[in-house]
Amino acid sequence: MSMHRREFLQILAVAAASGFALNSRSALSASSAGGFYDLPAFGNVSLLHITDCHAQLLPIHFREPNVNIGLGASRNRAPHLVGEKLLKAYAIRPGTVEAHAFSYLDFDHAARTYGKVGGFPQLATLVKKIRASRPGSLLLDGGDTWQGSGTALWTKGQDMVDAGKLLGVDVMTGHWEFTLGAERVKEIVDNDFKGKVDFVAQNVKTNDFGDQVFQPYVIKHINGIPVAIIGQAFPYTPIANPRYMTPDWSFGIQDENMQKQVDEVRAKGAQVVVVLSHNGMDVDLKMASRVSGIDAILGGHTHDGVPAPSIVKNAGGQTLVTNAGSNGKFLGVLDLDVRGGKVAGFKYKLLPVFSNLIEPDTDMAALIQKVRAPYQAKLSEKLAVTEGTLYRRGNFNGTFDQLILDALMEVKGADAAFSPGFRWGTSLLPGEAITMEHVMDQTAITYPYTTLTEMSGETIKMIMEDVCDNLFNADPYKQQGGDMVRVGGISYTCDLRQSFGKRIDHMTFNGKPVDPHRTYKVAGWAPVAEGATGEPIWDVVAGYLRDKKTITPRKLNLPKLVGVEGNAGIA
Amino acid sequence: MNQLRRTFLKGTSAAGTIAVAIAAGLLKPGQVLAAEWNKVAFGATTTADAMKDIGVGGAAESKDILIKAPDIAENGAVVPVEVTSKIPGTTAIMIFVDKNQNPLIANFELSNGTEPYISTRIKMANTSFVRVAVKAGGKAYTASKEVKVTIGGCGG
Repeated sequence: MSMHRREFLQILAVAAASGFALNSRSALSASSAGGFYDLPAFGNVSLLHITDCHAQLLPIHFREPNVNIGLGASRNRAPHLVGEKLLKAYAIRPGTVEAHAFSYLDFDHAARTYGKVGGFPQLATLVKKIRASRPGSLLLDGGDTWQGSGTALWTKGQDMVDAGKLLGVDVMTGHWEFTLGAERVKEIVDNDFKGKVDFVAQNVKTNDFGDQVFQPYVIKHINGIPVAIIGQAFPYTPIANPRYMTPDWSFGIQDENMQKQVDEVRAKGAQVVVVLSHNGMDVDLKMASRVSGIDAILGGHTHDGVPAPSIVKNAGGQTLVTNAGSNGKFLGVLDLDVRGGKVAGFKYKLLPVFSNLIEPDTDMAALIQKVRAPYQAKLSEKLAVTEGTLYRRGNFNGTFDQLILDALMEVKGADAAFSPGFRWGTSLLPGEAITMEHVMDQTAITYPYTTLTEMSGETIKMIMEDVCDNLFNADPYKQQGGDMVRVGGISYTCDLRQSFGKRIDHMTFNGKPVDPHRTYKVAGWAPVAEGATGEPIWDVVAGYLRDKKTITPRKLNLPKLVGVEGNAGIA
Repeated sequence: MNQLRRTFLKGTSAAGTIAVAIAAGLLKPGQVLAAEWNKVAFGATTTADAMKDIGVGGAAESKDILIKAPDIAENGAVVPVEVTSKIPGTTAIMIFVDKNQNPLIANFELSNGTEPYISTRIKMANTSFVRVAVKAGGKAYTASKEVKVTIGGCGG
């Protein structure tokens, strides 16, 4: 870090402490000494990485989690560090702009000071600036790009496809993309992307013959050096999301096939091998220990903003594993120094995208304005005002999820409610209006149906145990990377020392123990079964908000946790 | 080309995969038909009983049996399982699912010289160990792998 840059960060810290809002676009300009985004070039191969933007084209607020628990081998290791423990692990000073970017600490105050994050016009400017000093660099998109907003849903991902192309994405893989259906994905890859963007996935094959659905990798020449990018789509797409969306495709982790691809590209002369992954960070770390010959895994899915790579030793040497956050909040920059046919050194920086510090790119802004125009009136409808902070991210619940649960239970007349543990969804500050756009940011999926089901207490427990195991199974390969299902109306304890079927206990409803044999009316949404119907969740929530007008701070229904003493993944 | 192959096979019969397997010499239909249906073993309700009944009780754990199956099943009704035996003289490969009502799923008897490799789809009700037993040179060997079956949803 240069002296200038340090001084600049100190100014930011002072500004934050004084409660001034920052709006200093000159910080980015090359003429401004010590700009926050001055990142000296290094080496001869540079890869820029975005992931999990969830279709957030405009600047937003995003609160990082205060609960992200790791167990077993993952305990107290990246990415399972939150708040002060995360800052300490990466030597980030509390109260700084970077502390705000990577942690939930002092969120409301810091968010007001530093302003919103992300936004494709700002990202476009930043990408251009970083690429200007790195000729031949590539921009990689780890997926979860075509889903997460009203406009992405209503244009079947077209707004994001066009924005990604304008941003200059070279290589991409996917997850939520597949919930647009196999045909739509193929249409985009074969037409919009043809000759422009390589969509890669080594682990998507046809059910019948095991043929590759997409090219497994692409080899690009950067400054004369052959660089292979191997794609790894989200392995559990047909389980975590409706299987009927991609009925003829099989996914899975397939690390044997990954090893085969690595060996193949090395045999073809690749001097750098990078995996563009949507595994989630825990799966990436395990994969890095089992597959040899990968220089770096640029990861996503688990939405972890990890300031520095984790280095995993394996039979072939070592592999860097990164995770680049979500919602357009970060741009990862990996600079590699390749000498004598192999990687001799690296530098990595996960740059937070502070919207107020970056001049928006006019072409990108114009594209977004055009895309939004037909939907502007609908998106900007003010439904209610929130008195508390609304956010989603966290292992067990978030205030926006609690709001969804409260709406489901009241509107549907249910005893209890389930809401999926999605990790996307933006944040709102106290006093902000909740618009239809914000509701879509939490709910925009292609299977939005709400349901009301009679379930026995036994079934409710079984569902909770099943989802809990998808989060806390000791083997990362048996995890799915979402968070725990959000539960309304039923309180419970969760013992993280236990194994499958024994974690959930002391379930109570209205102060009485849940009876395994009694039936309860349970509301939910996002059913993965084919043929499900029901009013879309966004209409249920919007109706509730219009009715309430003012949303008081939500009281989170959180389980009592057992076995988390000394865990750095819980604040 | 692949699309043509797919269309062709869909047009021929639903048993296309089996036909291909027989054509490739993986299965010898005469032998399969000739083998006596082991009603007791296929009706057993525990893996231990089924293994005993089909003559592989007390099988020795072996690292030369490779099981390829998903860590989490995409669909419990059709879980793809591939087994390769590297044990010389393999004459039979059996698959068991511990948690199924009747654990013995299949018994493949291989004719002399057939490559000891099978690929099939099995049905699994719950998360369970998939156990494979191999008969070779009059001895029995075994290996297992856990496959998780989940209700799904809630990811991402």
